[in-house]
Amino acid sequence: MTPAEFLRQPPAQGPTHALTEPQWEALAADPELPLLALWGEPGVVRAAFQDGNALRLVALAAPEGQYPALSPARPAAALFERAVHDLWALEPVGTQDGRPWLDHGRWPVLNPLSGRPVRHGGAPPQPEFLPAEGHALHRLPLGPILPGIGEPAYLHLAVAGEAVVRMEARLGYAHKGVLALMPGKSPRAAARFPARLQAEATVAHSLAFALAAEKATGTEPPPRAVVLRAVMAEIERLSVHLHIWAQVLALAGPPALADQAALARETMLAASQIAFGHRLLMDRVLPGGVALDLEERGLSILRDALLLLAEDLPRLARATLRHAGLVEALTGLGVIPPALAQDYTAGGPVARASGVMVDARLGPDASPYDELELEIPLHPEGDAAARLRQRIAETAESRRLLAVMLDSLPDGPIITPLPQRGGEGVALVEGPHGPCMAWLALDDGGLIRAAMARDPAWALWPLAEAAAAGAGLEQLPLLLAGFGLTMSGMDL
Amino acid sequence: MKLPRLLTRPIAQPPPHPSAQLVGDLAARLEASARRRLGRGLALRHIGTGGCDGCALELIATRNLVHELESLGLRFVDSPRHADALLVSGPVTRNMREALEQARAAMPEPGFVVALGDCAVDGGVFKGSYAVEGGVEAVMPPDLRLPGCPPSPRQVLEGLLALVEAQA
Repeated sequence: MTPAEFLRQPPAQGPTHALTEPQWEALAADPELPLLALWGEPGVVRAAFQDGNALRLVALAAPEGQYPALSPARPAAALFERAVHDLWALEPVGTQDGRPWLDHGRWPVLNPLSGRPVRHGGAPPQPEFLPAEGHALHRLPLGPILPGIGEPAYLHLAVAGEAVVRMEARLGYAHKGVLALMPGKSPRAAARFPARLQAEATVAHSLAFALAAEKATGTEPPPRAVVLRAVMAEIERLSVHLHIWAQVLALAGPPALADQAALARETMLAASQIAFGHRLLMDRVLPGGVALDLEERGLSILRDALLLLAEDLPRLARATLRHAGLVEALTGLGVIPPALAQDYTAGGPVARASGVMVDARLGPDASPYDELELEIPLHPEGDAAARLRQRIAETAESRRLLAVMLDSLPDGPIITPLPQRGGEGVALVEGPHGPCMAWLALDDGGLIRAAMARDPAWALWPLAEAAAAGAGLEQLPLLLAGFGLTMSGMDL
Repeated sequence: MKLPRLLTRPIAQPPPHPSAQLVGDLAARLEASARRRLGRGLALRHIGTGGCDGCALELIATRNLVHELESLGLRFVDSPRHADALLVSGPVTRNMREALEQARAAMPEPGFVVALGDCAVDGGVFKGSYAVEGGVEAVMPPDLRLPGCPPSPRQVLEGLLALVEAQA
């Protein structure tokens, strides 16, 4: 039996296979299942693998603080292994890259989640970067405060003339210690943390967390809440895609079109404020259901907003994709081959624009999408133009889904209490930039013992680094804008 | 021929009027610190110090056709060296503290520091984490606090206009 076949059998208990070290080694050597996330608990290393649209979870006891590295066969594991070492003091044996990731040497403690954190002082060390080889290279440091309005990241560029030879991103500047703030709280009380993991995926992370908490406690959310959550998730996808669309237009398109894309986004945010009481829909999805019901006025304002967008967006899409200057700037820029997207377990519009059909809305947490005849567009070219086309096409599908769901909202309650009991749950939700995973373990009193959230940025940053190599320096902002790169969700 | 929609209906909202009390308080603060006036306009530099990015998204929304930040004499610049005010959003993470201090040092005097959003005001939900210093106040005194999670574009504009009026 291959490791993949073994993992497809139901685990003895809960959603996780407890592996022996030889089993973990066999899994590490066989890259059939791509790695979605790697995290820990004191003395335990945990991993989630993607199997089509399903998830396979494993755990390995590591009482000595060591485990066989996954990164030699799976490049997607490299950043996770560095983060897991920083947070839980779990050492990957056999890794190529032992540099710290989240820990910049500025926290008052070392290994804060290891259960035995050590006090730490002294000056932070100089970061080390990968070497770049070539003739007459010069270094261009960018960040951590980058141009424009956004999040912190440091981009270490090696450039030859105008060409980028290597871009290495150093993140961790937005590390807030979220995973240390959640234990000891009830899922309801801890829901404000996944809601603030990443504002561009606040609904997606909140929903993944809620589903994981519901599975851990055996709770069934009310049918009306299930549809209202999907309504919010599609509003979020639509608004975020419009945001990226506007950003790309602002960099390389006519300003008037960028204004119109931004205006369409504003229409959705203003409608969300009236319908759900929050422009970005933060704290609206809770474990057990949703926080607020959609009233008649909210329903009609959402329908109005969709009608406006139905009039404007097809025209805007045609104008965008017919703009020769924009299309020329995007075509052939930053090509991601499908194999590379799969190596990093990328999902979302970036993977689908490389012809990789993966979408968590087709997976086991698909309700209510399983009844909506989801039609997910697919663009195989893999360049920046395909990534923009993919997002534009997805806005049309999200608008269709919203219209259908708003016309068929079930009646009934919107939230149900969670029983106070122990358990373990995991869920995968398709966010605007890709799959958002939440895992949590509850103690017998129903309080969180440990939690993990996986943001799609873990896969998107390595892909952006790969795509940047060979691009021109002046193309870099346009290239990066289309990826939907975010920092906070990955920095935890 | 049908005119484009942008020309057929008014989109921009009238700008907000900051409350007299907010302006008065700010003016008194500025008077006390004897800072030179900057005139009717502000160059802004946003600095995300580790928050969820919700404040930055709403800051970007202040530039759209509904809110028209630039029509009010406000504009964004890329370098803190060209800025009159730093808009700091997010709790100040330990990993971002030094960058924030350097940006403040690079901003010419007189310069303002605005704590944008609940996290920048006092650390928000991330208060007490090993990885977070706290709000902006933990690193440098802010001149203006704009609470909200995130503050809406209109609340942001109101706060910034108060700053313009207080020092004009």
